[in-house]
Amino acid sequence: MNPSRSLSQMIHSFLETGAAWLLAVLWVSPLVYAFWAAFHPGEYAVNFDLLAPLTLDNFREALSQAPFPRYALNTFILVSTILVAQLVLCTLAAYAFARYRFRGHRIAFALVLVQLMITPEILIVENYSTLARFSLVDTILGIGLPYMASAFGIFLLRQAFKSTPKELEEAARLEGCGSMGVLWRVYVPLARPTYLAYALVSISHHWNNFLWPLIVTNSVETRPLTVGLGIFGAPESGVNWSVISAATLLSVAPLLVAFLLFQRQFVQSFMYAGIK
Amino acid sequence: MPAAILLIAFTHYPTVATVIDSLFSKATAIRPSRFVGLLNYQRMLDDPIFWKVLANNAWFALGTIPTSIALAIVMALFVNRAIPGRSLVRMAYFTPTVLPMIAVANIWLFFYTPDIGLIDQIAGWFGFSGHNWLGDPNTVLPAIMVMTVWKEAGFFMIFYLAAMQNIPPELEEASRLEGASRWYYFRRVMFPLLMPTTLFVLVNAVLNSFKLVDHLFVLTKGGPDNASNLLLYYIFETAFSYFETHFAAALTMVLLVILGVMALLQFFVLDKRVHYR
Repeated sequence: MNPSRSLSQMIHSFLETGAAWLLAVLWVSPLVYAFWAAFHPGEYAVNFDLLAPLTLDNFREALSQAPFPRYALNTFILVSTILVAQLVLCTLAAYAFARYRFRGHRIAFALVLVQLMITPEILIVENYSTLARFSLVDTILGIGLPYMASAFGIFLLRQAFKSTPKELEEAARLEGCGSMGVLWRVYVPLARPTYLAYALVSISHHWNNFLWPLIVTNSVETRPLTVGLGIFGAPESGVNWSVISAATLLSVAPLLVAFLLFQRQFVQSFMYAGIK
Repeated sequence: MPAAILLIAFTHYPTVATVIDSLFSKATAIRPSRFVGLLNYQRMLDDPIFWKVLANNAWFALGTIPTSIALAIVMALFVNRAIPGRSLVRMAYFTPTVLPMIAVANIWLFFYTPDIGLIDQIAGWFGFSGHNWLGDPNTVLPAIMVMTVWKEAGFFMIFYLAAMQNIPPELEEASRLEGASRWYYFRRVMFPLLMPTTLFVLVNAVLNSFKLVDHLFVLTKGGPDNASNLLLYYIFETAFSYFETHFAAALTMVLLVILGVMALLQFFVLDKRVHYR
């Protein structure tokens, strides 16, 4: 390789790195800005003075105006209820689809996949009247119910179960395991990466979900963080920016911290769930 | 199986019920709901807001999807090679994805606020006067698109990154030995290999452009004069602000048909060429 080529290559890769960083800075700047506004007094919201005094008043203000800890608890209950139900239901359904040949299994599976396209939030009108009929409106269970049988979960786990070698199942059966035993001892442990990927995707999806919870809930006891924030941030309520920023950060903090800590797992889970 | 019951209760039953409901009139105190045939659809076709909303949604999709896909590919190319601080850069691109749309909208609301908002402040330094980005029917949709691109590009990047890591490195070496430029390699080798991913992302992006309306609640409420209203938000308004459930059902049918077409597209085009064994 001649020296001039390698010099131009160096310049090239330098420029590319610069561009990559520039884009990255651009990409986080809205979030950085939210931090700036939240930790400084209101008059510094658009006045970038590095010596501006830091303050936690905005957080105090936000907490006094809306019960964010309660919302956080609701979100937490909601997300974990959905996740547990999803894991149980999807495991059973996926096992059936992966290993049993019952009549009409193809049609049944196609009907499951319908939900990949027609997600519950599309059918808000009908789902709401269904919930009303069972008087589950304004309950956390009501928010979660439409999502519990997740087509995406069934699909992912079915793929994972199908790639499990049959010999392992046969060996387990020889050891005296029943159908449930095989599922529990062979399939579930081997599908661990799929479970992790699915769980992370599910948690972040339901943590961030807004439209459906907004419709179903109308009291502090059930409202998740996103809905609480949506009401809080309404422009007509006349709260100032810094306080809204603080409230926004309060609601995204748990997920954001988790994301920063488990960055690699998050990214890999989304990748994994994506290529399946 | 419990999963089947829930699926039927919240996916299949409502789909069918939507079809039926869309054929009935609104129940009033004096007159119960009755069968009206296609009257709701007739009303929908005569409704200027419906066409407006549909056009908005089309523009919204056209404006956001190609941009986010192009950006996603660029991002994936950046972080697919060994640059200093690669994982930090990747994290920066991906972070908007884990934020709820509602929080994103809150942050961006500051940027777009007339005069005191960040964009107007910066524009002010260069002598431009303030502009009501979200209050002007001409700029409101583009403003929302920029925000959506910011939120989604990092998400799509993940899929491209996954796909790029599955491309054998020998291909790039071979093309370099042949004297091909990197642009040529990207255009003739990499991009075609990424085609299945692009289709997959495309379907998801279209789906998202119809599904994701959270930001409208904070930013514009569909206004001004429906300039930023999208189909699902209009359905929400019709059903839960005006309580016109049956008309909303007719609107939902349009959404279902669009999604059904997407599903068929994915099934027949995508399945042949990609994963889903």
